[in-house]
Amino acid sequence: MLEFESSLRPLEHQLEEVRRRQAGNGSSADEEQLRSRLEDGLRDIYSQLTPWQKAQVARHRERPYTLDYLQWAFSDFVELHGDRSFADDRSIVGGPAMLEGRPVMVVGQQKGRDTKENLTRNFGMPHPEGYRKAERLMKAAERLGLPVVTFVDTPGAHAGLEDEERGQSEAIASSISTMLDLRVPTVCVIIGEGGSGGALAIAVADRILMLEHSTFTVASPEAAAAILWRDAAYAPDAAASMRITAQELRQLGLIDCIVPEPLGGAHQDHAAAARAVAEAVLSALVELESMREDERLDRRYDKYRRISFIEE
Amino acid sequence: MKEILKRLPREGAQRAASVPDNLWVRCPRCKELQYTKEHEQSLKVCSKCKYHWPLTARERIDATLDAGTFREIDAGMHSSDPLHFSSRGEVYGDKLEQYARQTGAAESFIYGTGAVDGQSLVFGVTEFGFAGGSMGAVFGEKLTRAIELARRELLPLVVVSSGGGARMQEGTISLLQMAKTVAALDRFKAAGLPFLSVMADPCLGGMTASYAILGDVNIAEPGAYIGFAGRRVIEQTMRQKLPQNAARAEFLLEHGMIDIVVARAELPSLLGRLVRLLATSNPAVARRRGRVEQHAGV
Repeated sequence: MLEFESSLRPLEHQLEEVRRRQAGNGSSADEEQLRSRLEDGLRDIYSQLTPWQKAQVARHRERPYTLDYLQWAFSDFVELHGDRSFADDRSIVGGPAMLEGRPVMVVGQQKGRDTKENLTRNFGMPHPEGYRKAERLMKAAERLGLPVVTFVDTPGAHAGLEDEERGQSEAIASSISTMLDLRVPTVCVIIGEGGSGGALAIAVADRILMLEHSTFTVASPEAAAAILWRDAAYAPDAAASMRITAQELRQLGLIDCIVPEPLGGAHQDHAAAARAVAEAVLSALVELESMREDERLDRRYDKYRRISFIEE
Repeated sequence: MKEILKRLPREGAQRAASVPDNLWVRCPRCKELQYTKEHEQSLKVCSKCKYHWPLTARERIDATLDAGTFREIDAGMHSSDPLHFSSRGEVYGDKLEQYARQTGAAESFIYGTGAVDGQSLVFGVTEFGFAGGSMGAVFGEKLTRAIELARRELLPLVVVSSGGGARMQEGTISLLQMAKTVAALDRFKAAGLPFLSVMADPCLGGMTASYAILGDVNIAEPGAYIGFAGRRVIEQTMRQKLPQNAARAEFLLEHGMIDIVVARAELPSLLGRLVRLLATSNPAVARRRGRVEQHAGV
């Protein structure tokens, strides 16, 4: 339970208590009433989340990650490994999978749910070899005629000395370039944190969808606060002023569509979240596939070209 | 903002404010004192440690292009402060005016046409004094227009980059300029034209991780810090002090990220040679150039 949900804690305890007492005897009127009060409370809270609170939901440990969507919304996923030149980066997963009976190439950042898994997944912060794997899979998809579906969920690309040695900048820039030029339809879903260039590397699709409580930022609120005010503690202020939420970005016209989450956030119901994502991705794909290839590529160019916001 | 821009001094007379009228300057790297006048004559390269100080855009233009050939385009384009960013005493609109006053430039990127060794090209350069050379919407738009102009006119493209990366106060709009510039660059390159990318100290984040590292030839000034992340960020990530040479130009050369490290004074002749070598052979470009010239009655 997140801090801003704590007002619901007594209700939740009561509900647990009632459920325990009537164990196995079906649900009572008491339980129904408590549950509906809890839902009302959640609906209240989640309908007016601040940007900083959204950032917390986007980072929720129980939030569905790329592999969860692969499990719930896709079938026959075959994970492919490695960048063919240095290593396999486990913070990016990918491979072909079926979405409602059609083959697609899926690439996404992958966080870990516990410390051990997070060490393997590097907290969802890819190294250059992760982006090179992503690029390799996207190029294969293009050659084989598979649409590309990416899942973005990273605080940012990893920033260590080894990343500079292996060319983090080049890996990200090259991935952006490759993805922008893919001749197949591309759909990106920002499922949690869309952090900076590390997110953008696999986000530059024909359509950018965002989950209702996800974020897409030029830098994490902490990093931005450190840059602007030399103190990461002002992250909530940075979050509020940088327009990082799906709703604000939709309003600015920077993303295409918001995918609604189950009540109380995607972490409450992975299956329902995945159903909504699958539906949104499918409808984007259907629309994109109805266009001629060169028309789709021109529109993709214009989509990014027209982001100007200047005065002359 | 528009008011401020109108009051700016005209091209050429500007930037006087940023030149110290002190007799001496101290090198930030080796702390050596040197005569301001000699320092400027040596293109702001430290006489002792050869540190290449940041140049203003105007100084860079003078130090790189054939004298008097630069024609600036879109000089007045400025930020619309799209997020109305104002928080904790950081009022972006005020900052923009302050940067404009300090640098005499309307934004952190300047572009136009010019010549090196008598050869025409499109030239872009960052203004480091304007918001640390950071990339926001105007930077992205001007760079994209520079790339599109070069593609249309079949000219080679040279960009000198020095800056801190994407600009925080324009949020995700800044981030997406990375996509916009790379998309334009891909089309430029597909047309068979060369992009020569010059990186000067410091070149970071959003610029390095988008267009700047994608040169057909990546060129760096000696000792320039060029990286995805800044020193401080890496030290926090690694929880240890970085070696002095880490992510400097020579380190990148060693690790295969750049092609050439070149002293400031040698840059024009290097660019001239590269343009002659790379921008004249593509038969498709030559054919189209012929058509364009015929059309123009040349």
